[in-house]
Amino acid sequence: MSLAKTKHIDQPTVLYMDGVSVSFDGFKALNSLSLFIQPGEMRAIIGPNGAGKTTMMDVITGKTRPDTGTILFNDEHDLTRYDEAQVANMGVGRKFQKPSVIESLTVFENLEMSLKGGRSVWQALAHKLTGEKRDKIDEIISMIDLKDRLHEEAGSLSHGQKQWLEIGMLLGQEPELLLIDEPAAGMTDEETMKTAELFKELSKKHSLMVVEHDMDFIEALDCRVTVLHEGSVLAEGSLENVKNNQKVIEVYLGR
Amino acid sequence: MTSNISNNIKGGPLTRLLMNDAAGRRLMLILMAVSVLVPLSNLFMPEGSLLHVSTYTMTLLGKYLCYALLAIAVDLIWGYCGILSLGHGAFFALGGYAMGMYLMRQIGDRGVYANPDLPDFMVFLNWTELPWYWLGFDQFWFAMIMVLAVPGLLAFVFGALAFRSRVTGVYLSIITQALTYALLLAFFRNDMGFGGNNGLTDFKDILGFDLQADSTRVALFFASGIALVGGYLISRFIVTSKLGRVLIAIRDSESRARFLGYRVEWYKLFVFVVSSMLAGVAGALYVPQVGIINPGEFAPINSIEIIIWVAVGGRGTLYGAVIGALLVNYAKTYFTGAFAELWLFMLGGLFVLTTLYLPKGVVGLWAQIKEKYLSSGGSAGSSGGSSTGGNPSDSPAPGTEKAEGKA
Repeated sequence: MSLAKTKHIDQPTVLYMDGVSVSFDGFKALNSLSLFIQPGEMRAIIGPNGAGKTTMMDVITGKTRPDTGTILFNDEHDLTRYDEAQVANMGVGRKFQKPSVIESLTVFENLEMSLKGGRSVWQALAHKLTGEKRDKIDEIISMIDLKDRLHEEAGSLSHGQKQWLEIGMLLGQEPELLLIDEPAAGMTDEETMKTAELFKELSKKHSLMVVEHDMDFIEALDCRVTVLHEGSVLAEGSLENVKNNQKVIEVYLGR
Repeated sequence: MTSNISNNIKGGPLTRLLMNDAAGRRLMLILMAVSVLVPLSNLFMPEGSLLHVSTYTMTLLGKYLCYALLAIAVDLIWGYCGILSLGHGAFFALGGYAMGMYLMRQIGDRGVYANPDLPDFMVFLNWTELPWYWLGFDQFWFAMIMVLAVPGLLAFVFGALAFRSRVTGVYLSIITQALTYALLLAFFRNDMGFGGNNGLTDFKDILGFDLQADSTRVALFFASGIALVGGYLISRFIVTSKLGRVLIAIRDSESRARFLGYRVEWYKLFVFVVSSMLAGVAGALYVPQVGIINPGEFAPINSIEIIIWVAVGGRGTLYGAVIGALLVNYAKTYFTGAFAELWLFMLGGLFVLTTLYLPKGVVGLWAQIKEKYLSSGGSAGSSGGSSTGGNPSDSPAPGTEKAEGKA
């Protein structure tokens, strides 16, 4: 718990970022970014292209090392010291902007692979599908509405279905914190609203950070919104609040 | 729907390995039959009989079986995990050298210089004692361990460095090519102690049996058949386990596998080491049948040929690799006899044509024809243009799948 002492705030957080900077060839992708998410919170992140949204996810998930700054998970893990797989196994799930499911495996196999535990080579070699795991897959599959495609190759799914399968794979990991990059991209309006409903359901058990462009979707999420701009936080608050913020209108909504 | 799967998993371990693998099952049965029938025919059919297989033909077939095992080794890493090794001939050659060293020591004082301890080439170089790394190779069991350990260790060290630094794609291919080339140059040197340019040859016997005797040839042929079937089953065990699905995940989307929490480098390392050992075994069985191992086996072109066998057969299926190795090598034997100078052009052309028109190799040909001309019928399991998609019969119960899809 000694790490908690490095924090500048008192309340417990599932994700705590303070003064995080990353630069690529002199370009500051993140510029002293500070942001925190409370346990069980759902947070929407918006910002124009190049605001640093994807880089932020990269530094949280161990893909990119920040130049400076603190990133704590659950007040006990310094995420800057681990790689992608370690961060994932601690309980941080990530969904990419482009749906990235394993195309030549079936929906079932994709989900089976995502289930928590058994990450070592030997465990994978000895893996058996237990009743418990099958129940878990059943539970996820009904949540993401792919029951009738269970044994089809993931590559044959529609774009929206792939997005859902990937969300299902996140759930299989049973993460505490879900990082979700533009889930509504390429979805029909109906699918978008269904996804928003699903996330609200998920936020009862998990903490979520959702990057999105679709304002209707964010409105449907009905949560606190953070606006990123040039690698740091420009504004934060309710969607209504943020929408009326003069700085936000200038850089983002006004365009 | 899921009960479907659980039912399938019951039954013996072999049933599990070969379920949904009708083609592989058939091929393995044929190979087993060949491993038994060819030796029987060689030993018991009178010469001149139509059913007699000459020792020459049998040895040639035995060589093909070793190549087929080597092709499986490459398909395991390339077809399933996307690691395009252009240096796998190196592991084959190292296994071959380990066996060759044992065979050299078996010669004893029957060499030209009649030195009981030193192979002829060492006497020729005026060496007075056996180098330390030749110690132990007079024991068959020790040599057999080295057949696995030397390729395995090299693959482990090389793989650990490459995969942990996340070297992938064409860069990895290039350094594997450099690896085998470096070994080629090293083994050419006389003072390496492996016979230099001439390599190791003039073998007399193995485990006390005369290598020229038909019965020994038969045993070697049979051993190659068993090794091939065994290698197939081991590979099948790997690719049908969850580990196999993780390998496919790494092939299709490496970063997804990482973000799912899998340490990609360990998975790659595991399968690379297993593959190198299979290649080593193939080399060890090859050497006593062809009677020589020299640095030429490290030549980069050899490693590239393996890739062609696998591509022609159909990668990511295992049995396709076997078929590809047998087909291409049969063609090679035939054409290098008929028009030797054209063979390399034909081989190159074959590779280009396969890449352009047969992305799934000859074993995918039927599915491809069906998809193109009978496309109204069930291509339910096909994955669009993905050239890496596995064996169509690998997807569980296509029949039920379609029925469920409509339900």
